[in-house]
Amino acid sequence: MRGFSDARLRAGDDPGGVATTAVLAPEALGGLVEALAARGYRVLGPTVRDRAVVYDELESADDLPAGWGDAHEPGSYRLVRRDDDARFGYSVGPQSWKQFLFPPQARLWHARRNGDGGFVPEEEPAPERPLALIGVRPCELRAIEVQDRVFLAGRHVDRDYESRRSTAFVVAVNCHTPSDSCFCPSTGSGPGLDDDGFDLALTELLEGGHRFLAQAGSERGAELLAELPQRPAEDVDLRAAEESIAAAEHRIRRTLDTTDLQGLLARRIDSPHWDEVAARCLSCANCTLVCPTCFCSSVEDVTDLTGTEAERVRTWDTCFSIDHSYIHGGAVRRSARSRYRQWLTHKFGTWQAQFDISGCVGCGRCITWCPAGIDVTAELATLREEGEVVRANH
Amino acid sequence: MAALAETAPALSAMTPRPFRVLSRTQETHDTRTLELEPVDGAPLDAAPGQFTMLYAFGIGEVPISVSGYGPPLVHTVRDVGAVTHAICSAGPGTVLGVRGPYGNAWPLEAAAGGDLVIVAGGIGLAPLHGALLHAVVHRNDFREVVLLYGGRTPADLLYRYELQALRERHDVLVDITVDAADRGWHGNVGVVPHLVDTAPFEPDRVVALVVGPEIMMRYTIEALRARGVPPDRIFVSMERNMRCGVGHCGHCQLGPTLICRDGPVYSAAAITALMEVREL
Amino acid sequence: MQTIDVLLKGSPAFAGLEDPMPEVIAGCASNVQFGEGEVLFREGDAADTFYLVRHGNVALEMFSPAHGPKLIETVGPGELVGWSWLFAPYRWQFDARALTGVRVTAFDGACLRGKADGDPTLGYALMQCFARVMIERLQWMRLRLLDVYGNGGAR
Repeated sequence: MRGFSDARLRAGDDPGGVATTAVLAPEALGGLVEALAARGYRVLGPTVRDRAVVYDELESADDLPAGWGDAHEPGSYRLVRRDDDARFGYSVGPQSWKQFLFPPQARLWHARRNGDGGFVPEEEPAPERPLALIGVRPCELRAIEVQDRVFLAGRHVDRDYESRRSTAFVVAVNCHTPSDSCFCPSTGSGPGLDDDGFDLALTELLEGGHRFLAQAGSERGAELLAELPQRPAEDVDLRAAEESIAAAEHRIRRTLDTTDLQGLLARRIDSPHWDEVAARCLSCANCTLVCPTCFCSSVEDVTDLTGTEAERVRTWDTCFSIDHSYIHGGAVRRSARSRYRQWLTHKFGTWQAQFDISGCVGCGRCITWCPAGIDVTAELATLREEGEVVRANH
Repeated sequence: MAALAETAPALSAMTPRPFRVLSRTQETHDTRTLELEPVDGAPLDAAPGQFTMLYAFGIGEVPISVSGYGPPLVHTVRDVGAVTHAICSAGPGTVLGVRGPYGNAWPLEAAAGGDLVIVAGGIGLAPLHGALLHAVVHRNDFREVVLLYGGRTPADLLYRYELQALRERHDVLVDITVDAADRGWHGNVGVVPHLVDTAPFEPDRVVALVVGPEIMMRYTIEALRARGVPPDRIFVSMERNMRCGVGHCGHCQLGPTLICRDGPVYSAAAITALMEVREL
Repeated sequence: MQTIDVLLKGSPAFAGLEDPMPEVIAGCASNVQFGEGEVLFREGDAADTFYLVRHGNVALEMFSPAHGPKLIETVGPGELVGWSWLFAPYRWQFDARALTGVRVTAFDGACLRGKADGDPTLGYALMQCFARVMIERLQWMRLRLLDVYGNGGAR
């Protein structure tokens, strides 16, 4: 990912194209939320609820988790009070943006039997209000890109996803306070944003005066930015932003060697290590629920009591359920071992073969929210070491 | 009822098209063959090997191989659960839903010029039926055409009249066997892979299409390979749980491949290694 | 019309037999024909013969009082029928009947047992041929026992 030293973004420059920068005071975020609401968006962003930072509808910028940070460990998460009032001082919460772009339950169509026994399904219309997402982290933006690949780039397009995604307004944020679970530098998806993929990008600067460096990434982003009270960005602001992102990267301790993960996992497919993990894994599916790229779904076809009205609802599913691989009266992946193996080899290996992009964005949620504290980076490192020992012995 | 205009917006991939049952034939005690036509709009252009997601109103959807060759849409369905039961109970006039066709087709053009061997076990003949019909219609494209077919008992064999008629042609060899005979049976008793050992084809100029329970397919691949057929000339149809059929739901994965998108037809060269991993 | 020893050399059932074994074995053999429906042997009869089917299909059956003959398996060209000649009490364990007109090569079991007793190399080679047949038949039988086409085995 790039920094801000790109020539285009020198302070005061207005290249006449899409990218413009400005500096906003924290209060301007209120204007941002209002401007988006005025444009008819359903404004979504981080807020504190139930002792976690979750994503929900924002009524105003006051709903943002000012002054809140978080502490992550394998199997543990808690909010911590910061000594400043940073708006984006947390890393990630248990939810990701997929709950809005790819909702846990979505009706796809409904139908009614007509006179001659036939039926004509009526597809669900696009949601009334387009979504505005505030606070999308680089790893989350990459996760959205990954789901775009799954749902939009194949032979068939997921219309439900497309209707929510194509109109979504993205306000992304660079990270300044990563957690101990983060490993985005290893997956090339953070802690700084790429040049594109957002309408507006914010970098929160806490030293030398609490302010936000704002960068437009699209025409509508630039239009919105122009409406907010601002001052021009100066070299000192751009440098501070770069340093903030570099400092965040420096703080991230967790790493993952991603070299040929696909090949590694294919070679270790019968490793005894899977039994070892299976002894710890509860098959609780938390990892798949919190993971921002997991996309497995099921469909439920239901009818009313009279049998004249039917509908199809798409619901989230998980490869940890025994049902997931049900066929011919039994399940292919019956053991916990095989299901954990499916999750890990898919996320880090076969996903690449299926969609030509890695399935993991290094957000670390699965590590934090695993009740058994299973750390995917440690499991992969173990498999890699094992693979090296095997090679050395041949 | 007015026909849907050809210019109507295309349906979402998850929305079924209404199809009316034209006829229903009883093949065996638990298997029916349905012929279907669209209520409005263009007929389905499905190639042998492909499948559709067949929907019984309000009950559910299942992936079913295409059994025919050209319109109308033909599906041979075995009654094994709530959805297939509803589909098998659908008499002429009933409206079902169809999505598709999905997946890839048997490589029949590539097989032209050589021998074609079709090996089917049980309801595995249903996805191969279209290929068989193609071979008969285009008989001169092939040298030998051989059908090796096995079922549980004589009463479980599909398309019996058609196979009888096929036998009476002298340009297609039909060899049938059952696992267990009944009183009236005077044919082979034994397993399908065993028929491969003495079937009349040239290993270096044959394409083999194999469908049946996975165990039967494994043994058949072995028997074909033992005769010298290279694995890239042996094709199977794979099956896994499917919910969407369009590559979005994650269920039909077999390692790196999505069966609904990259299959269900695979060469043995491409798929055998994956078939051998337990619980993949 | 091939002589029996030439036939044996080309037969997969006797693959791997080195000279002069095919000739030795052929010395105990003769060609026989059965018409459609004719019985080759019955369960309980003295088993002193085994057969190599050359043309036609032979049905292996078991007779049950209530249901008459039950077809267990069919054996076709190139395949061996009968191994009860190998071990005492040398009695057939099932019936064999010609399903179609059948031409077989019949081998005198007592004659071959005598030759094998005197020549362990021949004995070992014969055992290998029959072991191969039995293993293959057992494997196919297991596959049938799995009832892969049954409900739940689907396809």
